[in-house]
Amino acid sequence: MEELLEILGELHPDVDYEVEEALIDDKILDSFDIVSLIAEINDTFDVAITAKDIVPENFNSAKALYALIQRLEEEA
Amino acid sequence: MERKEKMRKIIKIAGSALVVLVTLWLLQRLLIPKYVDDVVEGAFIAEYYGEEKDFDVIFIGDCEVYENFSPAVLWQEYGINSYIRGSAQQYIWQSYYLLEDTLRYEVPEVLVFNVLSLQYNESQREAYNRMTLEGMEWSLPKVKAILASMKPEEEFLDYVFPILRYHSRWSELTGADVQYLFDKKQVSHNGYYMRVDVKAAGDVPGGRVLGDYNFGEKAWEYLDKMRKLCDEKGIQLVLVKAPSIYPYWYPEWEDQVEEYAAEHGLRYLNFLELREETGIDYDTDTYDGGLHMNLSGAEKLSRYLGRMLSEELGVPDRRGEEALAGRWEAKLAAYEAEKQAQYAYYDMEEP
Amino acid sequence: MLFTSYGFLGFIAIVFVLYYLIPRKCQWGLLLAASYLFYFFAGPEYLPYILVTTVTVYIAALRIGKNEEAQAVYLKAHKADLSREEKKAYKETQKKIRRRWILAAILLNMGILAVVKYTNFAIANVNSLLGALGREGRLSFLDLALPLGISFYTFQAVGYLIDVYRGTVQVERNLFRFALFVSFFPQLVQGPISRFGDLSETLYKEHPFEGRTVSYGLQRMLFGYFKKMVIADRILVGVNAIIGDTGQYAGAYVLVGMLFYALELYADFTGGIDITIGIAETLGIRLTENFERPYSSRSLKEFWRRWHITMGTWFRDYIFYPLSVSRPMQKFTRFSRSHLGETVGKRLPVYLASFTVWFATGIWHGASWNFVVWGLGNWLVLMVSESLEPVYERFHRRFGAGGKCYHLFEVVRTFLLVACLRLFDCYRSVPVTFQMFGSLLSARNWNILWDGSLLALGLSALDYGILALGAVALVSVSLLGRRGSVRDRIARKPYPVRFVVWYGLFLVVLLMGAYGIGYDASQFIYNQF
Repeated sequence: MEELLEILGELHPDVDYEVEEALIDDKILDSFDIVSLIAEINDTFDVAITAKDIVPENFNSAKALYALIQRLEEEA
Repeated sequence: MERKEKMRKIIKIAGSALVVLVTLWLLQRLLIPKYVDDVVEGAFIAEYYGEEKDFDVIFIGDCEVYENFSPAVLWQEYGINSYIRGSAQQYIWQSYYLLEDTLRYEVPEVLVFNVLSLQYNESQREAYNRMTLEGMEWSLPKVKAILASMKPEEEFLDYVFPILRYHSRWSELTGADVQYLFDKKQVSHNGYYMRVDVKAAGDVPGGRVLGDYNFGEKAWEYLDKMRKLCDEKGIQLVLVKAPSIYPYWYPEWEDQVEEYAAEHGLRYLNFLELREETGIDYDTDTYDGGLHMNLSGAEKLSRYLGRMLSEELGVPDRRGEEALAGRWEAKLAAYEAEKQAQYAYYDMEEP
Repeated sequence: MLFTSYGFLGFIAIVFVLYYLIPRKCQWGLLLAASYLFYFFAGPEYLPYILVTTVTVYIAALRIGKNEEAQAVYLKAHKADLSREEKKAYKETQKKIRRRWILAAILLNMGILAVVKYTNFAIANVNSLLGALGREGRLSFLDLALPLGISFYTFQAVGYLIDVYRGTVQVERNLFRFALFVSFFPQLVQGPISRFGDLSETLYKEHPFEGRTVSYGLQRMLFGYFKKMVIADRILVGVNAIIGDTGQYAGAYVLVGMLFYALELYADFTGGIDITIGIAETLGIRLTENFERPYSSRSLKEFWRRWHITMGTWFRDYIFYPLSVSRPMQKFTRFSRSHLGETVGKRLPVYLASFTVWFATGIWHGASWNFVVWGLGNWLVLMVSESLEPVYERFHRRFGAGGKCYHLFEVVRTFLLVACLRLFDCYRSVPVTFQMFGSLLSARNWNILWDGSLLALGLSALDYGILALGAVALVSVSLLGRRGSVRDRIARKPYPVRFVVWYGLFLVVLLMGAYGIGYDASQFIYNQF
């Protein structure tokens, strides 16, 4: 989780990711952010987030995103 | 309580519907062209419906009838009760359905039809369609006339609800549109369009060469229908060609009409060839250089035609009928009044 | 069939009445029949195209869905007796099968779209190439009619297929229900491009007659007709005059044409979508919104999130994301980051993916180079502003540019940028666009703006008056819409007020609409895509 927050922090330092629950719905993250985020995550956690995982539910909060990563780690 | 609520709802809906219908109806009346102060040709067709319909002679056709024959003269000199169902550039299918429409009310003894419109095998302009068709009262013949006349870009619905056609006229409304919102002024004299002014015919250009001089299939079809319907109803059909020297009347056209008339035993009068008999003088009898007759020309033609109608076709002299004579008295007064008004307007002496 | 034709209005009136008369179980069946009838009226020769797409995508999706199920059943049955590796291997083989199905279906359907839409474009390019090489031969053009709405329904069907493949929607087993999803007639004219997940929730449901929904739908349609007939079709005359004579209408006229076109396209496209969504609403069906006050965007990026939204998200979800997170692209990212440095290396792959998307967006709008250049022009502006973002931020911080004036400046700047790029769309030729843009930059004829020349474009002073009032109305409604539904707001007013508002709007459309003889009801700009 720490690592993830670090990655997110680099994208938008002004967002408080611990409480923000609408990163997608409120258009805080745009498609470019998401793509670079995925590249970072895939590298750091050695998972493969694919296009089908890119839905608001997975990206709206750091928590949801972390859950996704854990799910993918399990599957691998 | 519930009933009260329901009543209120019904009143609300009915009230709104009423407001919508009344405003739309008023708007439509307002926006439809009135054809009173100018382009009066658009008003002729409708005026027939206000008449006492027991005419012995009905004219049907375009400007070749409504500017060239005066029912007033036919009455005054021969006691013939006649009416002209004419309109600008009336196409032959429209003429035919106007005949059908007329037969809903009466069966005349003689139908006079002008042959110039045989030249058109399809409607040429939407504006002319409108002027003829809109004046007709709703009936099956009107529906058929619209369907036969519409150009590809026209819609039937625009005839049912003319507001759809004239919706953008709000920017060009005049006082006349308000003045004649409900009552229109009579503009014709039994369908006759009076003009007293004179413009002598000068050099009129000959006809340009056509690719094909044969009248079209649709034109013939409707002439046949007209002839058959007249046969069926015992109406004598008379074909006429007005003495207008323009639009040009081609000899090839003349041959076709003569042949048709001969084949079916119809009377055909070509007034272009009857100049001596009628006494038409192109220096004094036309108001637009030979396209149309003025009052003087029309009265000359009427006298000639009237003699033929009463002497050869036996159209009765009804001057003895009191009620009819009474109606004509009023009509002749209006006729005379307009004559004088026009002489004053054009600053002319009555010849 | 045009939205504005009597035939269309009569058609939807009949569908509407039947829809609420028949048993509710049959409602979606009626819509299917109506949609195919609509398609038949549009041109019976187009029917095979939509049928082929419907059936092939249906079958492919069904196969994929069944395979998925079989896999689950198999894995469950052999939970104990398969090793981890064996399971993985089995999954891989199954996935390959599914991939084969989806690839075949996508290739076929996109292939059909490509052939009918782009064959002649390709031939024209080959011919100019042959010409440039000095060869004699020329290929002749094919006489292919573009089926109504083919871009929309193909995208919709393919989107569904990908969703099924990804497992985000349930596969539709009923061919007829699926056929309705592909052919739902209000959408065939110009979108929006719906997702199966959204539309299936409302399309097949039973919809009892609800006065409020129906009247809201009618209100939305009426407003759409207002935009389309009073504004778009009226100003179209001016747009065509300016575009039609580039010799006479250069310089300042280009700016006028640009602004006219911005208004025309907005009123036509959003009006058409209002009509579409309104029709669906009267039937109780909710369609996805396609616009969100696009002209109030503060950047081009924002504009593209608010304009033709369903197209933008389609390209994003089905092209941009898969492409940029694909394995080769990830590899490329690693490569570029290590060789080109963090900043550039990180952006390069994204730029590449979005280049593809914008190329596709361009060519989606029309099979000619001007649309490609238009798409890439958008791409270029987006990439430049993306790269310069740090610079902007520093600038903003230094000059405290956060006030209302600066906001307004951004909105105007974005609007002009969008309008400028659209010149490629207007003039339909790349060299002509550059030439006209050049003439605008060196314009000396600014006097045409006030010396009455604008009255010679086929628009009278009265037309300008109506257009100005119409534009004010659009802006007002749009601003009002920021704080909740305008229809809700009106609905809260007493009945006489509501009546005057809606009947008044109806009369405005009836009297001031540019329809009938004398006006060439223009085809919707978007319905051939």
